[in-house]
Amino acid sequence: MTDRQLRVAKIRDGTVIDHLPAGTALSVLGILGIDGSNGEGVSVGMNVRSGRIATKDIVKVEGRELSQEEVDVIAIIAPVATINIIRDYEVVEKTRVETPTAVTGVLRCPNPNCITNEDEPVTTRFAVLDGHLRCRYCRGLIADAAVPDLLAVGF
Amino acid sequence: MPTEHVLSASALTRDDIEEVLAAARAIAETPAGHHDRLRNRLLGLLFFEPSTRTRMSFAAAMQRLGGDVIDMGSVDASSVQKGESLADTVRVIEGYVDAIVLRHPSEGAARVASEFVEVPIINAGDGAGQHPTQTLLDLYTIEEAVGLEDIAVGIVGDLKYGRTVHSLAAALSRFDVTQHFIAPPSLRLPDHVRYDLDSAGVQVHEHTDIDACLEELDVLYMTRIQRERFPDEAEYRAVAGAYRIGAADLEMAQAHLAVLHPLPRVDEIAADVDATPHAWYFQQSANGIPVRMALLERVMGAQG
Repeated sequence: MTDRQLRVAKIRDGTVIDHLPAGTALSVLGILGIDGSNGEGVSVGMNVRSGRIATKDIVKVEGRELSQEEVDVIAIIAPVATINIIRDYEVVEKTRVETPTAVTGVLRCPNPNCITNEDEPVTTRFAVLDGHLRCRYCRGLIADAAVPDLLAVGF
Repeated sequence: MPTEHVLSASALTRDDIEEVLAAARAIAETPAGHHDRLRNRLLGLLFFEPSTRTRMSFAAAMQRLGGDVIDMGSVDASSVQKGESLADTVRVIEGYVDAIVLRHPSEGAARVASEFVEVPIINAGDGAGQHPTQTLLDLYTIEEAVGLEDIAVGIVGDLKYGRTVHSLAAALSRFDVTQHFIAPPSLRLPDHVRYDLDSAGVQVHEHTDIDACLEELDVLYMTRIQRERFPDEAEYRAVAGAYRIGAADLEMAQAHLAVLHPLPRVDEIAADVDATPHAWYFQQSANGIPVRMALLERVMGAQG
């Protein structure tokens, strides 16, 4: 790890979400529902220089491992992200995200007239198309770039 | 055999459509042979939005098959007013009936309902989503009037919110049909409907003026432009006036052009069109009976 990356402090136990496109870190926090109110230790690096992609963002979350649903949505906005599970300061598992065929939960449908925005016991589900998501219920299309606007926690 | 719901025209294959249309033709030819096909079966009508003809058409179709209907009545008088979810409502009604016809103001309502019940759900309109049974009777009428192969269909009016339009476009994409869409820019076809047509390789043309394609058309499908889609009366009048046809406008059309409309019309088709051979909209409406009979037999008959 280079000195420059070390400016984002190491964590003891938790998850490092690395190789995020510059500018997406806050969206990733939104996907994870992190707004600071729950007391998690969170470190965020923005526009960090990187070998693999010119500049990147990086998010480190203490005491938290991610659900598959959260990883799936991260993959939409950060297709080359890596997820590192940290235990006792060591990387015990390192995976690259894979573009899913569908994302479940996490996002709300932007169509105000979609049944999923009513008080019904249903979870949102979107098929992943090339550059778009499609709501299973109202069939509306959502550009991938609009995904950060559809998070329960926004910045 | 899994429950057969009728949720959207997009989910219907060409085989599904042709089977329903053939069954409807057989019913239209010998209706007496079907008068007890659904005897002792009960159909629930759940209309969360006002409806006269779709509701009556389903009730008539069910009764002509020897079955019976119960109707939730208006939303004002139901438990929905007490805040009950759609999911709960359909789970309760499922205990009373053999199939449910559902109209609801939200897109995707029929699909949600289908995820909570075992009885067939028939979508009779979900917001600006789809209206597949209207589409089946539209196709039946088009086939009767001009056939369904190698034709050009022009769809006019509120293409953005018109659920009959979205359903019809999806179903026509299963056939060799060139589709023309004519609307003001503010009411043009939604991206997701256009996306599906493009993905299916359909020849699609969008216009703002009916005259741009009228001469080429075999079918002209008119829809109502609703006042509430516009911020003020003057803008509404200006737009609606441009998407109105009279008998004189149709003189430049092909002699066999069939004019359809899901009804009710306001003034988008002048009364003088009624007396021309182009007028198919009342026949189209009547076709709702054999088509809905065929559909009810298909989804309820299979339950044994």
